[in-house]
Amino acid sequence: MRARRRRDELAFALLLVALALLSLWQTLSIPVSPIYARVGPTAFPWIASAGLLVFSLVLLRQALGGGFPGVDRQKTVDWRSLGWVAAGLVANAVLITTLGFVFASVALFACTARGFGSQRPVRDALIGLGVGLAAFLGFARLLGVNIGAGVLEGLL
Amino acid sequence: METLALLAGGFATALSAQNLLFAFAGCFLGTAVGVLPGIGPALTVALLLPITFKVPAASAFILFAGVYYGAMYGGSTTSILLNTPGESATIITALEGFQMAKKGRAGPALATAAIGSFVAGTIATAALTFFAPVVVELALKLGPAEYFSLMVIAFVAVSAVLGSSAVRGFAMLFLGLVLGIVGVDLQTGQPRFTFGLIELLDGIEVTIVAVGLFAVAETLHLAARHRYGEDELLPLSGSLWLTREDFARSWKAWLRGALIGFPFGAIPAGGAELPTFFSYYIERKLARRPEEFGHGAIEGVAGPEAANNASAAGVLMPMLTLGLPTSVTAAIMLSAFQSYGIQPGPLLFQTQSDLVWSMIASLYIGNAMLLVLNLPLIGLWVRVLRIPRPQLYGGILVFATIGAYGVANSVIDLAVMYAVGLVGMLMKRYDFPVAPVVIGMILGPLAEQSFRQAMTISQGDVTTFLTRPISAAFLAIAAALVLAPPVLRAHAASRARARSSP
Repeated sequence: MRARRRRDELAFALLLVALALLSLWQTLSIPVSPIYARVGPTAFPWIASAGLLVFSLVLLRQALGGGFPGVDRQKTVDWRSLGWVAAGLVANAVLITTLGFVFASVALFACTARGFGSQRPVRDALIGLGVGLAAFLGFARLLGVNIGAGVLEGLL
Repeated sequence: METLALLAGGFATALSAQNLLFAFAGCFLGTAVGVLPGIGPALTVALLLPITFKVPAASAFILFAGVYYGAMYGGSTTSILLNTPGESATIITALEGFQMAKKGRAGPALATAAIGSFVAGTIATAALTFFAPVVVELALKLGPAEYFSLMVIAFVAVSAVLGSSAVRGFAMLFLGLVLGIVGVDLQTGQPRFTFGLIELLDGIEVTIVAVGLFAVAETLHLAARHRYGEDELLPLSGSLWLTREDFARSWKAWLRGALIGFPFGAIPAGGAELPTFFSYYIERKLARRPEEFGHGAIEGVAGPEAANNASAAGVLMPMLTLGLPTSVTAAIMLSAFQSYGIQPGPLLFQTQSDLVWSMIASLYIGNAMLLVLNLPLIGLWVRVLRIPRPQLYGGILVFATIGAYGVANSVIDLAVMYAVGLVGMLMKRYDFPVAPVVIGMILGPLAEQSFRQAMTISQGDVTTFLTRPISAAFLAIAAALVLAPPVLRAHAASRARARSSP
């Protein structure tokens, strides 16, 4: 258990190191005009990237020796719950471009509720429909946010 | 007296029917999101950012200010009845508040929290009213080098002072700075960190990151550990009126809380967390019956609640006078200013005098509204607290979708939000703070601007930050912030914990 947790933290620290290196690489590829050589567009990216690199390396060292200090190590992941929520998010992204925001919301809402332990998918879908419609009307009509076209949205 | 005239002008704007409605809507929404676990004022303001295209700036900021204050009130309700602090600022409230509720004294706990918030919020708003013009006078004398050093203080404060680990805080700060660089460089017009993608030329949308980090990450985090820990909602018990004794024990704590909270919020080392610790510590020291602490002492609710509201008002001081946000919500408000093409900073009080003063006036109005919303209408919020978790998080994700997809109707934005949410979930899991990312991302470009201006003035001499005395003093303060507070806080926290666990 402990070993596995440490592997998680190692992966997270490595992700940050990778981001720092990516950021350094991008800094190097910013073209510098000689006029701005000293205080040009690269100075700040250098600072930010180097800072990220330094601290992610410290984190990497912490992960390699006993893990990040002060982090609660009792939690395990509930993959079923997480899976349902993730499925809802994917369905949302797929449906929002095809059937439109409201139907995407129904799927997202029902899957998320399921992930959090609700056992009544039909009722959840209906509530999701209500929330989706209310959100659509509230944001699209009142705030003027464009949340795309769709089957129901066209009718409203 | 000029200040009073300006404030009166602000009231004239803020008291218009439309703006009163915005203030009410903000307070109402703010209390609701404060009550609901998992969402907070930062997320709400981020979701409401599109309103900046629709309504005049004054109305939008009145709305945002209402949300900001409202969430502070609502958060205490959750802490007292559910023992799940909605925000770090109300952790301390939960210590005594939940114990009071367990003993059937939820009513007085909620009352002292709400009235204390009102008293302290009003005092702090008054302090903001009268000190802000003074700070502006001073701020106008600061050059780019001083500004940069001041921002360093803010960066250090959010990264090292708040949160449990300075290393994790700084790592997140630099991550935020890197994210802030993405897009076209304003001075040279060169694209940076865009990987040749046109979508990234405008930079990363603040809304998408904020919604991803708060809503999506929180939902994923809770789903991942969903079977661990069920919350117990205590009934609303006891009279909402304070007895003579409760009042006698509360009022001094309110005043002391206000005095502690405001300065903490106002110096750019802010955060509402530290002052609540200090207030709790002081109240316990001064209490006539310190043995009650840990078992539901009303002073332990009154003081910290007053302190966190006062510091919320305090945070608006550097935000309005210097353009320096020290909390996530303030940072997102700053990006709202930018969306109106307004550059926050000392000139704001001259160029946007109406806007600033109507916002400050609305804080007084909002505080009064919130007192009414949170005491007589407390039953409503208890019902909001009863929204079952499955449906609550379903709804949160639907609103999150609007936040990301509404920007440009692009599935790529949605995917970016999911990715940010996934990283945010890992951050929560390993106890990485979120605030430095958001503040680094929003404040980073401004810091870079000051940095480059200062360097241009000094003709590329980096020592300018150390040879200019005010700038050097700011940097010294930043250095002290890294070293001193962790010690102090560990001390206060361990004492508080030792007392609360009998």
